[in-house]
Amino acid sequence: MIVRISGEDQYRLDDDDAARLNELEAAVVSVVDGGRKDEFAAAFDTLLAYVRDHGVPVGDDELESSDVILPPSDLTFEEAGREFTGEGLIPD
Amino acid sequence: MAGLTGRMSTVVKAKVSKLLDRAEDPAETLDYSYQKQVEQLQNVKKGIADVVTAKKRLQMQESSLQQSVVKLDTQARQAVAAGNEDLARTALERKNVAQTELQGLDTQVSELEDQQQKLSDSEQKLRAKIEAFRTKKEVIKAQYSAAEAQVRISEAATGVGEQMADVGLAMQRAVDKTENMKARADAVSELEAAGTFDDITALGGGEDDIDRQLKQLSSQPAVDDELAKMKSELGAGDAGGAAQISAGAPDAQAGEASGQAGEPGQSGQA
Repeated sequence: MIVRISGEDQYRLDDDDAARLNELEAAVVSVVDGGRKDEFAAAFDTLLAYVRDHGVPVGDDELESSDVILPPSDLTFEEAGREFTGEGLIPD
Repeated sequence: MAGLTGRMSTVVKAKVSKLLDRAEDPAETLDYSYQKQVEQLQNVKKGIADVVTAKKRLQMQESSLQQSVVKLDTQARQAVAAGNEDLARTALERKNVAQTELQGLDTQVSELEDQQQKLSDSEQKLRAKIEAFRTKKEVIKAQYSAAEAQVRISEAATGVGEQMADVGLAMQRAVDKTENMKARADAVSELEAAGTFDDITALGGGEDDIDRQLKQLSSQPAVDDELAKMKSELGAGDAGGAAQISAGAPDAQAGEASGQAGEPGQSGQA
């Protein structure tokens, strides 16, 4: 599974990581849906950190398309509110 | 796929498919894609140059405002020393507004620096992908039949296309940010043009429009605090105040004077 963090890089992750990614994204969505602005940065950072820590960067000479594209790390709480629809990260 | 990534994925993939809309003759598509990629890389470079230009403009404003702050502070001190509290207050109000603008500019300059760095990184990545595509297209042309080539081209072009779409989004974000900053820079320019941060000694006697606006823009408690501080530092050089001021040792009367700390300022206007 290839995950892109927009404005940053593409990472290759195990398919097994999908479940954890879904959990982390659900946590971010719940923070945004609940309007808990002060918790947003931490939750979103945790999601991005998981991808960076568990993924291997795709080489610059590899031409791959991503299965999942995450918003850029400087996404604001307000922007996140517009991005979310409250559904899951990876299709069932 | 939806949620957090759904919208991002939709936006990026829509851009990718737009980029790849042309796919009849494989060889033509290859060269056309490559040509488009190189063009896009030029656009990214222009985008970075725009960010740098916006940053330079803000930095110039910063240095001009810094000079104003120093000048107005000096003039406020001189006015306090001369016992002209109204003039001191006017200078401090202007200084207060200039400082607030400076803080805003500071934040924006560092934001633009981040944007510039990110765009430069993205440009390098895109350049590497395009180079990889150039190599790959020659291999595809040489080794595969038309039908096979079609599949491989599509894969390779989609990979580059996604990178390009992502750089495009990053550029859009940078443009949006610089637009917001331009609005702020324009506002500062207007204040400057209106003489907001000018030499206060050039002012006439009466309160003008600028002063009335400044009173609203500046933080009065901050101005009051600074004025009080300046007065105590400069030995409360208020000509209209109590007689002991001329003794030149304000600390000696501190206990006595503290009861009427707010008074001397009033007396000048009486």
